[in-house]
Amino acid sequence: MNETPKSNFVSRRSLLKGTAAVAGAAIGSGVVTGFPTIWAQNIKDVTLRQFGTGVSNLNDVAVKVKEDLGFTLEMTALDSDSVTQRAATQPKSFDIADIEYWICKKVWPTGNLQAMDTSKIKNFDKIAPIFTTGKLTPESTVAQGTAPSTVGFVDGKGGTAFAKEVTGWMTLIPTIYNADTLGIRPDLIGRPIDTWAELLNPEFKGKASILDISSIGIMDMAMVCEAMGEIKYADKGNMTREEIDKTIAIFTEAKKNGQFRAFWKSFDESVNLMASGEVVIQSMWSPAITAVKAKGIECVYQPLKEGYRSWGGGIGLSANLSGLELEAAYEYINWYLSGWVGGYLMRQGYYSAVPETSKEFMSENEWGYWYEGKPATGDITSPTGDKLAAAGDVRDGGSYEARMGAVACWNAVMDENQYMVGKWNEFIAA
Amino acid sequence: MPLKRSFSNALAAWLMASPLAIVLALFLVLPIAMIVVVSFWGATEFSIYPAFKLDNYEFLLRSSVTYSVFLKTFMFTVISWALCLAIGFTVAYFLAFHIRTQTWQIVLFLVCTVPFLTSNIIRMISWVPFLGRNGIANQTLMSMGIIDEPLEWLLFSDFAVVLAFVHLYTLFMVVPIFNTMMRIDKSLLEAARDAGATGYQTLTNVILPLTKPGIMIGSIFVVTLVMGDFITVRFMSGSQSANVGRLISNDVALLRYPSAAATSVVLLITVLIVIGIMLRFVNIRKEL
Repeated sequence: MNETPKSNFVSRRSLLKGTAAVAGAAIGSGVVTGFPTIWAQNIKDVTLRQFGTGVSNLNDVAVKVKEDLGFTLEMTALDSDSVTQRAATQPKSFDIADIEYWICKKVWPTGNLQAMDTSKIKNFDKIAPIFTTGKLTPESTVAQGTAPSTVGFVDGKGGTAFAKEVTGWMTLIPTIYNADTLGIRPDLIGRPIDTWAELLNPEFKGKASILDISSIGIMDMAMVCEAMGEIKYADKGNMTREEIDKTIAIFTEAKKNGQFRAFWKSFDESVNLMASGEVVIQSMWSPAITAVKAKGIECVYQPLKEGYRSWGGGIGLSANLSGLELEAAYEYINWYLSGWVGGYLMRQGYYSAVPETSKEFMSENEWGYWYEGKPATGDITSPTGDKLAAAGDVRDGGSYEARMGAVACWNAVMDENQYMVGKWNEFIAA
Repeated sequence: MPLKRSFSNALAAWLMASPLAIVLALFLVLPIAMIVVVSFWGATEFSIYPAFKLDNYEFLLRSSVTYSVFLKTFMFTVISWALCLAIGFTVAYFLAFHIRTQTWQIVLFLVCTVPFLTSNIIRMISWVPFLGRNGIANQTLMSMGIIDEPLEWLLFSDFAVVLAFVHLYTLFMVVPIFNTMMRIDKSLLEAARDAGATGYQTLTNVILPLTKPGIMIGSIFVVTLVMGDFITVRFMSGSQSANVGRLISNDVALLRYPSAAATSVVLLITVLIVIGIMLRFVNIRKEL
């Protein structure tokens, strides 16, 4: 505390003199480098409470944080509905929120989260452009739905309106994302599948499934209806009432005709439906495919010509964070982006926000298989040691650019959400 | 003097009744009152606010989904109840009148409760691999040559839901019926026989009327459990059917508590009416 006024005094004087600016900066930087040693001792007492969905709330991360940074990270895993609820209604119950971008759109206006100063984030420049400009390559267009770039920035620290372009204040630091598609059992189907429309193909009567989570399910439905040529949507992530009615009508008819074997709500259910052969084609999540494969059953995360439905999550800071805790949170974010977590997530089949740094924590074979879409040169194992692929195997959908470049829409929350939920209930009860 | 005594008597009576009254008020009346109050509140996407609005009920009573879902709930209830009653009565009858020693009655009764040592959910889920397309049931039937194609309706269907209900709740029927049957004076059965009644006549004219309270208690258990269920319907129908419980759980998941509360109130009233009708047939208190 004593040093701070002195450094101000010196730098003001040196500015006045106009010659000793360099010296002032040197003293200033001396103060700054001294600062971390002051709190480095206190930081061990800091506990950050993080909550989020199970996908990225990994215990291994908390253990590694303790090891690398010294402070304690408490993790709570909840389902996405509870996550939304908690972020919106209990701001004092957490320090770090690990939420999806569409949840951010819903929760940000409550003012429970604070924007992050990008100048404090070391690897900000290396964050995948899909989260900043929204464009994977300069030529690509921003996909439909709640694209992360559209809710990724605000105008200032306390800003409540999302900025259209990159600013110095970021809402969420992306952690984990992926492109979703249909999962199929190639051994039971026995022919190539290349379009979302196949989900309603009468050939798979009684052997199809879709997930019973309205906000995501409606998008998978939209992908199917558009692929069938039945409906052309202006924005699949923000449908009109008429579009919702038509979409649900098509699926209600299919349901009445016995197209679906079941609907699933949890990860395990989707794995069991596929592994038991009850279902041969369904909406699915990447780790579920991995889980089916781990049982020695053939299962493909089928790339389709209409593209992927993508989702992404990120960590946001509670508005209540300040002082030492806030510094620790920035430290955590910088550590998060520095590569170890990225490597861990990439080896599970997700993508990391800063692929460049993750590369250093992956073998050449792993990087080639997961990111570049190259044939594996040896066994590919998950972080927990299960064998996922053998030499010569290629990742479904190929490289990062091939997969993330073919995103048709992002998970979203619609303006007509309440109406859609009502319609969804009708569909389930039909 | 008499006045003073009656006053202290009244005080004692109040004091003796108050612990139960307080417990009931805190854990039954208060929560239900809360649900009724919230059912008139309003909701935004992530918060609820106090108000007095009839919107929740209006939406509920106008939606065709509500009626089809209540109809489905009644269907599940009636079918499950009838099957639970038939099986429960048979099992209780066998235990009470065909097993001669009390030791064996107790042993066999305990055998009936063995499945209840595992959780409700596990008992339900264990049907899934059994009834599946490639499950044991289908494989057995196919290897016996009874069917050529796997039966699709065994799993993820209304059949599966009812099967699980009957499996889960029959014991709730067995216990009270067995209990009332054990209280029937055996000399009544002998008298019936001496008077020349056939076995069937004894059953319908003696045993059935005397076990009515047990049947009614069991029925109340089964009806309330089935009408309030949501997880069995979700798992066994593969989320393809909906009952009122699922409607409520969907609302809760989407943070629409007032709407969930309104549905709960309607369900509560419905269940109370059903039980009220059932109690018209038998005066449980008198018969106990």
